[in-house]
Amino acid sequence: MAKKLAIIASKGTLDGAYPPFLLASTAVALGFEVKIFFTFYGLQLLNKNLNLKVSPLGNPAMPMPVPVPSIVQVIPGLEWFATWMMKRKLKQKGVASVEQLRDICVETGVDLIACQMTVDLFDFNEEDFIEGISSGGAATYLEFAGDADVSLYI
Amino acid sequence: MSNFDVELDTSGLNCPLPVLKARKALSEMSAGQRLHLIVTDAGATQDIPAFSKMTGNPLLESNEQQGKLHFILEKGSE
Repeated sequence: MAKKLAIIASKGTLDGAYPPFLLASTAVALGFEVKIFFTFYGLQLLNKNLNLKVSPLGNPAMPMPVPVPSIVQVIPGLEWFATWMMKRKLKQKGVASVEQLRDICVETGVDLIACQMTVDLFDFNEEDFIEGISSGGAATYLEFAGDADVSLYI
Repeated sequence: MSNFDVELDTSGLNCPLPVLKARKALSEMSAGQRLHLIVTDAGATQDIPAFSKMTGNPLLESNEQQGKLHFILEKGSE
């Protein structure tokens, strides 16, 4: 029987989007059955138009070309700059885009599940989501994760 | 390198694209055919053998030439 990978995706930033889609697409290539359960800010990863950002604010580990003190990081435009820099670097290094990895997940049959409670909580509009998303709650996740070989909270 | 049927050059692409592209190429091949995979992602030295082991497509050969990693994978019979 196929191995199973269960992921909870709770982050909606550019850097937070990589681990779930990257691991899910690779797992399918290795023969896993995969389900990703999107909750809280992770729901942003289901939007048709992804506008994901990365911020150095509150993230002292983010490599920067020059040290930028936290007080300066609140300046408008710095988040835009950090995002632009990260995207440029990803491209330069031949890393797939989030959109590309997500497309592969959809094409290869990864089950994408939106957490119904947080969809309601944040008034997300399911029409903004890509096609083929199912919805479910904690029990839906646990039923699959209960006999999954790998289970990750990201 | 020994003989092969299909060549896939993933030079410049980073993890996990070489594995994803190898999977796609192998899915379009028939059992016993051989894929020559070229990779520049250094992590492939561990990733391709893991991919081979988990998917049942034997890794017949691997070496490094001019800074590129070369692998010969045989499509398994599943």
